[in-house]
Amino acid sequence: METVNLIVNGSAFSGEVEGRKLLSDFLREDLRCTGTHVGCDTGQCGACVVHVGGKAVKSCSMFAWEADGMEVATIEGMADEESLGDIQQAFQDSHALQCGFCTPGMVMSAAALLDENPNPTDAEIRDYLEGNLCRCTGYHNIVKAIRSVAERRASAGAA
Amino acid sequence: MPKDNGIGASSKRREDVRFLTGAGRYTDDLNIHGQAYVCFLRSDTAHAKLASVETDQASAMPGVLRVFTGADFEGVGGLPCGWQITDRNGEPMKEPAHPILAQGKVRHVGDPIAAVVAETAAQARDAAEAILVDYDEMPAVVDMKSALESGPLVHEDAGTNLCFDWGFVEDNREAVDKALAAAHHVTTLKLTNNRLVANPMEPRVAIGDYDAATDVSTLYTTSQNPHVIRLLMGAFVLSIPEHKLRVVSPDVGGGFGSKIYHYAEEAFCTFASRQLLRPVKWTASRSEAFISDAHGRDHVTKIELGLDAEGNFLAIRTETLANMGAYLSTFAPAVPTYLHGTLMAGNYKTPQIYVNVKAVFTNTVPVDAYRGAGRPEATFQLERVIDKAAREIGMDPIELRRKNFIEKDQFPYTTPVALQYDTGDYAATMDKLEEIADIAGFDARAAESKRNGKLRGLGVNCYIEACGIAPSNLVGQLGARAGLYESATVRVNATGSVTVMTGSHSHGQGHETTFPQVVSDMLGIAEDQINIVHGDTANTPMGMGTYGSRSIAVGGAALVRATEKIISKAKKIAAHLMESSADDIEFADGQFTVAGTDKSVAWGDVCLTAYVPHNYPLDELEPGLEETAFYDPANFTFPAGAYACEVEVDAETGKVDIVAFAAADDFGNVINPMIVDGQVHGGIAQGAGQALLEHAVYDETGQIISGSYMEYAMPRADDIPDLIVDHSCQTPCTHNPLGVKGCGEAGAIGSPPTIVNAVVDALRRGGYEVDHIDMPLTPYRVWEAISR
Ligand code: FES
Ligand code: FES
Repeated sequence: METVNLIVNGSAFSGEVEGRKLLSDFLREDLRCTGTHVGCDTGQCGACVVHVGGKAVKSCSMFAWEADGMEVATIEGMADEESLGDIQQAFQDSHALQCGFCTPGMVMSAAALLDENPNPTDAEIRDYLEGNLCRCTGYHNIVKAIRSVAERRASAGAA
Repeated sequence: MPKDNGIGASSKRREDVRFLTGAGRYTDDLNIHGQAYVCFLRSDTAHAKLASVETDQASAMPGVLRVFTGADFEGVGGLPCGWQITDRNGEPMKEPAHPILAQGKVRHVGDPIAAVVAETAAQARDAAEAILVDYDEMPAVVDMKSALESGPLVHEDAGTNLCFDWGFVEDNREAVDKALAAAHHVTTLKLTNNRLVANPMEPRVAIGDYDAATDVSTLYTTSQNPHVIRLLMGAFVLSIPEHKLRVVSPDVGGGFGSKIYHYAEEAFCTFASRQLLRPVKWTASRSEAFISDAHGRDHVTKIELGLDAEGNFLAIRTETLANMGAYLSTFAPAVPTYLHGTLMAGNYKTPQIYVNVKAVFTNTVPVDAYRGAGRPEATFQLERVIDKAAREIGMDPIELRRKNFIEKDQFPYTTPVALQYDTGDYAATMDKLEEIADIAGFDARAAESKRNGKLRGLGVNCYIEACGIAPSNLVGQLGARAGLYESATVRVNATGSVTVMTGSHSHGQGHETTFPQVVSDMLGIAEDQINIVHGDTANTPMGMGTYGSRSIAVGGAALVRATEKIISKAKKIAAHLMESSADDIEFADGQFTVAGTDKSVAWGDVCLTAYVPHNYPLDELEPGLEETAFYDPANFTFPAGAYACEVEVDAETGKVDIVAFAAADDFGNVINPMIVDGQVHGGIAQGAGQALLEHAVYDETGQIISGSYMEYAMPRADDIPDLIVDHSCQTPCTHNPLGVKGCGEAGAIGSPPTIVNAVVDALRRGGYEVDHIDMPLTPYRVWEAISR
């Protein structure tokens, strides 16, 4: 067993976890944050993307104890009480999700992309999403949603 | 003017809010108090007798509750097949047993041999590794031709690897032979339709939960059709009557066909929970999905198209080998037969057609329907051979297609392969395509590509599909062992809101949004006053679930019928309240009025009266306002369309880029255009995956080579271009109340031949004499074709 202290979506957690427990399983099983999904076992699908220390990571590719002392953000923390976050809202507006299984990882990846590059081209969006598989949407509307967030943020910033 | 409510509006999806906030409830998100975990030990050998399965050591490991083997399932039914094919000689297909856990023999890599149930998933995994299996290895057969000629028998008791030899229409055989012999020109093409894995992003999950106090078993499962699973598992496998069996499919993360079937893991978890008196949960890993989810396609075909001197199609003859894998999955026999042979007329008035299909057992994972199911196989052959024929006779491929289209005034049109198309306008979709794809501007774009050192090609094709599956009496004659109606219950609540219980199941299609659009239009109440319940056999009427683009065409029709019954009863109540006759009542925008008067009562008053029947004609009418309808379609629906694709090929490396893609579809009436666009986008991406990337590959010993996302190439965001989709050409279906046809599979059917046509076109423009390349068109395969 390993001791971990971490902050998930602003709430502190301290406790023991099994050494071999993946961060994705820890979030889903121990914290019941089931918004983080597991779509593969090879770090190839991106359904499990969360932010650790402000960076997008595949939570199936690290152990829970490796996040010790870090801040973790998951899809559950992306909306406030009243309304969806702007990326989430854009996903709904643009019909950028169908079954919703890839969606949490997509949203977390999109958030990280826009932090790194507030004004990405379509090609840069597609390139950044390389690690996120979606079997339903054909990506067209996901790219559209992310582009619309970038545009809205830019015009809000300019105003 | 785009509508903002009801039928035709792009209403935003209400289900999105929970999916976007991590609040979706997928099966693996459910944890039942006291649950134990299963790990299956699966065969790592394609074909072997099991000399022994030694479980003592595993049983003694920490946390292990019990280890099950095939011996525990003697006397328990096997997985049933839902469709029986009768072969050319009138014989039934070979239908070997499909045990829950292997009985003495394994037949494919992934065949489950034993299952450990333990306190934790990790303990179950550890113990499964401690089971000792002694395999008597046998030679495996993977290739269909070898399986028929000399291969070892997958099922000794069948005496052959030929499941069936099917001719359609058998009586046409000689006439087709004659027509081809006499044709001015015959174009022949041999091709394969590559083997695919559906790969919904959510892996399968099953949780069995037996309640001894009530003797009720509940199965939570990632299914597209919970009622079908209850019927198959209850009646054929575990002998649990329906009233003691509840199947729940909560949010499901995509299906694409692979979650239609009844799988061994579902029966196992239900069975084990009854034995152990504990909830029992299984969650597939992705590598397990690759060797246990039914695969798709895997056809090898020779097609011949005979033409006269003017380019009129005279006859088509096809010979196909269809891989069934090691066992018959639930609907496997229907796919290469009635979902494929019946579509060989395509959009064209070819007078003579004969289809022969030999279905073959091999030591591979069972193969069943995958998005499109049979119809992509038909379309691919037909549209590829037409392209080749156009080249051979020196005619423009669009012109050749137009020349042979069934014309607008020929509907209803009966094809030589037994379908009657109710309506369509193929020239209109082709006109629309030429416009949205800017076909006229292609040459300029090709010249530009050439300046950049790339070969640009244009591919065009058409498709038709038969959806809205299906008239029960018809499919019953053809071998279906189920009815294919759909159901809806409309429950009007006392205060006027509405709860709809449907037998359809949404796993990405957006029913929670589109079904209320229909009811909202009919009842004149706001969409947010209407709620949809689906996915639980305990609180929905018996329905056949969602696949084959059937939900709005069949489930939507049931919903309309049930809502009509509501309106009819509500009118009687309104008539009573206004002291008039029901025949004089008009209903619009949520108001009941007496024709020709200013008397009216509101929807809400009628609903309240139904449940508080103080002033009510109780001698004539029951109180309450709830109606159920079952709808059995009169015919299939026939969506059709025309697709165009432009590719750039790098002749140095063979790499193909899809640079433009346009789809002009005729889906009849459309309920939610935004959702329809999305369905087409997703279908095109899956078709592009099939055309360029995806391939489930076995080596000759039956090991799967592409068993993870490291080797099985899924389409990613940068593989797919922006997509232009249009569904403004609408010839409404003539036989269902909404005039809808269904849109779920179109993209996956129409896109693979378009893309291959485009690549072949690019290569020929570059001076390479290439007629065909088999999918997936990987850089290596394209480069190889160029270098030949
Ligand atoms: S679950 Fe983490 S990448 Fe697939
Ligand atoms: S929405 Fe289903 S996988 Fe992306």
